Amino acid sequence: MTMKFHFEVPGDDFTRAGEASGELKLKLKRLGFSADVVRRMTIAMYEGEINMAIHAGGGVADVEILPDRITAVLTDNGPGIPDIEQAMKEGWSTAPDNIRSLGFGAGMGLPNIKKYTDMLDIKSVVGKGTTLTMTVLAK
Amino acid sequence: MTIADVRDFLEAEVISGEGHLDTEVHNACGSDMMSDVLAFVKDQSVLLTGLINPQVVRTADMMDMVCIVFVRGKKPGDEIIALANERGIVLMNTPYRMFTACGLLYEAGLRGGN
Repeated sequence: MTMKFHFEVPGDDFTRAGEASGELKLKLKRLGFSADVVRRMTIAMYEGEINMAIHAGGGVADVEILPDRITAVLTDNGPGIPDIEQAMKEGWSTAPDNIRSLGFGAGMGLPNIKKYTDMLDIKSVVGKGTTLTMTVLAK
Repeated sequence: MTIADVRDFLEAEVISGEGHLDTEVHNACGSDMMSDVLAFVKDQSVLLTGLINPQVVRTADMMDMVCIVFVRGKKPGDEIIALANERGIVLMNTPYRMFTACGLLYEAGLRGGN
C-alpha cells in the first residue's frame, strides 16, 4: 500500500503556512500511525512549510506514505541556502524581524526537522531553490 | 486538574471550546516563540502565550496541546477561533501577565513536563 499526496504551500500568506501539515496530521492519525510518529512527521513538515513561506515564496510538498515509513519532499524555487552547515546550527537565522514577531525565526527550523526525522537530505542551489527530503520511520 | 480549573485559577474567560472544559491537563508551557515550543515541549497540554496569530493554534495542534491561554487579556480574531474549533482546542484569555499566570498554575500543581 502506497499513498501519495501533493500539497501547495502559499508564499504570500504566512497565516496559511501549516495547512498542509495539519491536513497530513489528520490523514496519518486516521491511518493508525502512533502518536509519536504522527507528531514527529507533522512537526518536521510544519517547520519545512514555515521555512518555505518565510524564505522562498512558498513551494510544494509531496508526501509518500508506506506502512513502515513516511517521506515528505519539500521543493521550492527560493534563493537557496548558501551554507547548509551553518543553517543547521541552532540559533542561526536570516528571517526578517516581522517573522520573529509572529513567533518564528529563532533559528530552530532546520535543527528541529533534523531532530524529529530519521532521515534528512538537503539539496540547495543558490539562486535556484531548495529540496528537503525527510523521512520518519514507523516502528 | 481540568481545563475548567485552569480557567478558575487564572480568572480567565473561555473564548471557544466550552465542550472540552472537563479535559484533564497535567503540564503547561509558556512561550511567545513557537519554534521553541516545537523544539522543547513534550506531552504538555496547556500553552500560555502573548502571541495572537493562527500559527499559535497550528503549533498547539502539532504538539497535541488541548488548551491555549492568551495572557494580558488578549483577544484572538475570528480566523484563530475557527481554526481552534476545527481542531478541538480550548481558547481562553486571562487578565494576568505571562509570569503571574504561569506562577498561579504552577502553584496550583501544573508542572513544566519533561
